[in-house]
Amino acid sequence: MNWLRRRGIAFKLSLLVLSGVTLVIAGILTLNYNVTRRLMLEKIEDNAFNLAQATANRINTLLKAAEKIPAGVALTITELEPDDEKLRSLLKARLEQNSELYGIAAAFAPKSNPDIDESGSGNHKLKLYSRYYIRSYDRIKESPIEYDYRSHDWYQIPQVLGQAVWSEPYFGVSGGTVMTSYSYPFYRENAGHKKFGGIVCIDLSLNWLRNVVSSLKIGETGYAFLITRNGTFVTHPDLDLVMNETIFSVAEAHNNPRIREIGRRMIAGEKGFTAFTSLTNSKKYWMVYTPLPANGWSLGVLFPQNELMADIQALTKVMLGLGIGGFFLIMLVILLISGKITKPLSALAKSADQIASGDLETTIPTPKTPESNDEVDRLALSFAEMQRSLKEYIKNLTETTAAKERIESELNIASEIQMGILPKIFPPPFPTRPEFDLYATMRPAREVGGDLYDFFMIDDQHLCFTVGDVSGKGVPAALFMAITQTLVKTQAKAQSRRSSAVTLEQVNNDLARDNPSMMFVTLFLGIFNIVTGELEYCNGGHNPPYLLAPEQTETVQPLATTDGVALGVMEDFSFSTKRITLIPGQALFVFTDGVTEAMNNLDELFTEPRLEENLAHLTKEPVIQIADQIMQEIDNFSAGIPQTDDITMLVLRYNGKEGNTRA
Amino acid sequence: MLCLLLTSNQIAAAETAPLQKIQKVTFIPQWVPQAQFAGYYVAQETGIYKEHGLDVEIISGGPQRSSSDYLKNQKADFASLWLVTGLDLCNQGVEVVNLAQLVQRSALMLVAKKSSGILKPSDMEGRKVGLWGSPFEIQPKIFFEQYNLSVKPLQQSYSINLFLRDGVAVTSAMWYNEYHTILNAGIDQDELTTFFYSDHGLNYPEDGIYVRKETWEQKPALCRAFVEASLEGWQRAFAEPELALEITMRNLKKAHIISNRAHQEWMLKRMRDIILPANGPQTMGRLNFTDFQRVADDLKKNGLLMKAPDFNNFHQPPAGE
Repeated sequence: MNWLRRRGIAFKLSLLVLSGVTLVIAGILTLNYNVTRRLMLEKIEDNAFNLAQATANRINTLLKAAEKIPAGVALTITELEPDDEKLRSLLKARLEQNSELYGIAAAFAPKSNPDIDESGSGNHKLKLYSRYYIRSYDRIKESPIEYDYRSHDWYQIPQVLGQAVWSEPYFGVSGGTVMTSYSYPFYRENAGHKKFGGIVCIDLSLNWLRNVVSSLKIGETGYAFLITRNGTFVTHPDLDLVMNETIFSVAEAHNNPRIREIGRRMIAGEKGFTAFTSLTNSKKYWMVYTPLPANGWSLGVLFPQNELMADIQALTKVMLGLGIGGFFLIMLVILLISGKITKPLSALAKSADQIASGDLETTIPTPKTPESNDEVDRLALSFAEMQRSLKEYIKNLTETTAAKERIESELNIASEIQMGILPKIFPPPFPTRPEFDLYATMRPAREVGGDLYDFFMIDDQHLCFTVGDVSGKGVPAALFMAITQTLVKTQAKAQSRRSSAVTLEQVNNDLARDNPSMMFVTLFLGIFNIVTGELEYCNGGHNPPYLLAPEQTETVQPLATTDGVALGVMEDFSFSTKRITLIPGQALFVFTDGVTEAMNNLDELFTEPRLEENLAHLTKEPVIQIADQIMQEIDNFSAGIPQTDDITMLVLRYNGKEGNTRA
Repeated sequence: MLCLLLTSNQIAAAETAPLQKIQKVTFIPQWVPQAQFAGYYVAQETGIYKEHGLDVEIISGGPQRSSSDYLKNQKADFASLWLVTGLDLCNQGVEVVNLAQLVQRSALMLVAKKSSGILKPSDMEGRKVGLWGSPFEIQPKIFFEQYNLSVKPLQQSYSINLFLRDGVAVTSAMWYNEYHTILNAGIDQDELTTFFYSDHGLNYPEDGIYVRKETWEQKPALCRAFVEASLEGWQRAFAEPELALEITMRNLKKAHIISNRAHQEWMLKRMRDIILPANGPQTMGRLNFTDFQRVADDLKKNGLLMKAPDFNNFHQPPAGE
C-alpha cells in the first residue's frame, strides 16, 4: 500500500469512493439480473410447459383418433366375422375414408379363420392369412404380406403383451417415409376361452407428426424433437439423427452422461425442465420434456436462453451503461471536489513549507470571502493567524533577547564593579607584614554575588577582616553586599575602640534602619592583632570559621560562637565579641555557606564534616593552597553540577612577630 | 509383426504372380454392412485387395440374402459364415473349406433385466426367452439342457423391442450389436444380467471365411490372397479405428442401414475383442481344434451333423507362422 500512501488526497479519495461506487453498482446489477432472471425463468418454465403440453396434446389427439380405426375394424372382425371379400372391402373403405393412413392390414393367427378360402390368402404353407392395403400415389392397392409375420414386432409385440401397441418408427417399403404402426389385437371366443385371433394394424406416416413438431416456432433458434420409448429420434432439426441415433447414442458419442440421464427420464414418461447445452453449437437452452401418453414417446422442446434472456440482457446492458455513466459522472464530481479541496490545501502546504524553511513573509492563501467557513478555509485562516503569531513571537523574542543581552552586559559591568569592591589579593596585599599571610577568594554563582569579604589595616597593629553572605542572590544581593561592604569599612575605620561588636552594631543599625525589602546579611568580623596574635571577633549569624591548629591534636576547631544574629533585621541588636590568641602557625579559615552547601548530582551537600576532613590535611599548607585545594575538592564533589550559591573563603595565618613561620 | 505381414505379402505376391492380371472375386458377409465386417470393407476401400491382385465385390448380406445360400449356389466366391453354418453346409453335402476363423470367441449371449429377477441361469426357469433361428439355436438349446431349464421360447425377430417392452424376460443378443442397442435404448449395464455362452462352455467360433472346396483346390493362391488381404484389412481396421469407422459408416449409408457411429464404434471394439485372441496375434484367423471338435460333437448329438469333416481338410489356416 506504499504506492497508495504516496498519492495525493484527490487520488485516494477517487480510488476509494469509486471502488465503493463500483461495488454498489455491481451489486445492484447482479441482484437485478438474478431477480429478473428468476422471475423470467419461472415464466419461461410455465410457458414452455404449456407449449410442450399443447403440442403433446395435439399429437396425442391425432394418435388417439387414429387408434379408433383398427379398433373398429377389429370389432367388425370379431362380431361379424367377415369373409375375405367383405374384409377386403372393409379395409379398403377404411383406407379411403382416412386420408392420414398409409396402410391398413388384418393379419390372422394361423388357422384361426378356417372358413376363408385359402386361395386368396398370403402364406399357404404356414396357413397364415392376411390382407394388407396401402396407399400409393393416391391409389389404394393391395400389398400381400409374403413373410412369416408372426415374429415381426407389429404382430408379435401386441400378441405377447395382449394390448394394442404403437410400434417403433421404421422406414416404409418405398423408403424415405418414416412410418409408425398401431397394432390392435383381436380375440375369438372359443368354447368360453378368449383366443388370440390376430392383429389389425394401421400404418401412419410420421410426416404429419414431423410437421407438427417442426412447426413449433421457438424464437429464432429454438426447436423441438421427439424420441420414441427406445430413445430413437423421430424428429429433429438435424436429420442425420432421425431414425439413426437414439438420445443415448448421442450421449455416448459425446461422452455426456447428463444427456443419458435426461433421456432416461424422458423415456420413463417423466416431465421436466432443465438447462441444456447444445452438443453441436454449444448454445445454451432450456429444455422441457413431456411424454405423449398414447405411445410413450417423449417430446422435448428447447428454448434458446440467449433469446429468452435477450430482454433482461438488454436491460442489464442499459443498466450497465447507466452504471458506467454514473461511475464516470461520480469520478468527475470527485475530481472537481477534491481538486477544489486540495488546490488550496496544496497552496497552503507550499506556504507552510516556506514558513518551515524560515520565510515568515510568505503569503498564506486565505479565502476571498470572509464568511467562508469550510475546513480548508479555517485551516488557511488558522495558518495565517499562526504565521502572524509566529512573527510577533519572533519579534518579541528578538526584543527580549536584546534586553537580556543589555542586562547581561550591565551585569558583567556590575560584576566587574563588585569584584572591584573586593580587595585585591595579588599582588599580596601586605608585603611588608611578615607577621601574617592572608588569602581570600570569592566565586559568585551568577554574574554578581551576594558574598563579600574584606580586609584592611585599621592601624599599624590591627588587621580587620570580614566575610559575609547576603540573603538572596543576584543584583539585589550584590547591591546589599556593596552597601554592607562600604558600611563595614567605614564603621570599622571610624571608631576608635576597635571593637568588632560595635562595628557590627553600627552596620546593623545602618542596614536595618532603611531596609524595606527586609534583606539581611550574615557577617563575620575579626580584628586581629598582628603583633600579639590576639583575635577579637564578632559573628553576626555567620558560619563559625575554623581555627587550623597544626600543632594540636584537634587540628581543625570551629571558633566559639558570639551568639550574634544576621545584620539588617533587628535594629539596636547588641552584639558581643570573643577573643582568642593565635599562636604562630595557626590559621583561620573563614567561609560562606556556599562551601558547605555545594551539591553533587545525588542532591547531597558538601557539609561541615567533609570540609573539616579536607581542612585537616591542609593545616600546614600555604594559605593560597588551602583555599584552592578546598575549591578543587568542591568542584570534584559537585562534578559539573552548576554552582547554586556564591562561594567565598578567607584564610589567615599568624606567623608570629618575626614572621618566622612564613613559608 | 509388420515385417511378418510384409514378408507374407511378398510370398503371396510371388504365388499370385502367375495370375498376372487382377482377378475379380465376390464376397458376401452374412449380414448388412456394419463394423462386424469392417476389415473387409477397409481392405476393399484402402486398396489392400488390389495390392493382392484382387478386385473384390462385397455383396451386402442380410435377411433377404443368406451368405450360406450364396456360397452354396455359387453366387459368391467367398462367404463369411459361422462355424455352425459351415458345418451345416458340409452336412448338406456342400464341401466348403474354412480359410480363416476370424471370430474365435462367441459373442452370442442372453440378456435379462435385473428388474425381472433374473440374476443366474436358474432364474430363467419358466420365463419367456427370445431366441433366434439357425444358426443361433444350438447354443441356447444346449445351454438350457445343461442347466436343466424349461423356458418358454419365443421366436425373436431382428429387433429387441419385444424385450424392451418386457414381452420376453430374456432376449438373445450379439455382444457387439443387440447388447449395445439395449444400452442405447436407455438401459444401463448395471441394470442387466448377461450370460455369454462362451462363459458356459459353449464357445462356438463364429464368423469365418469360407470357400467352396473346388475353388480352393483350383485356385489356392487366389484363396490365400483373399484371406491375406482380408486379415490385413482387419489389422488395419483395428490399428486405425477412425478410418475403419468412416468406411463402415459410408457403406452403411450407401445401403440405407439405420445405425449410428457410436454403435459402430462399440461394434468395432467388440470385434477386436473376439477376433484378436488374448494369446497374441499369431493365432489370428486360426480355428482352434478343440472348439471345432466341440461344435461338431454338439451338432452330431443334436442330429444336425451326420459326420464331421476332417479338420485338416476343413480348415486351411492362413500362412504366417
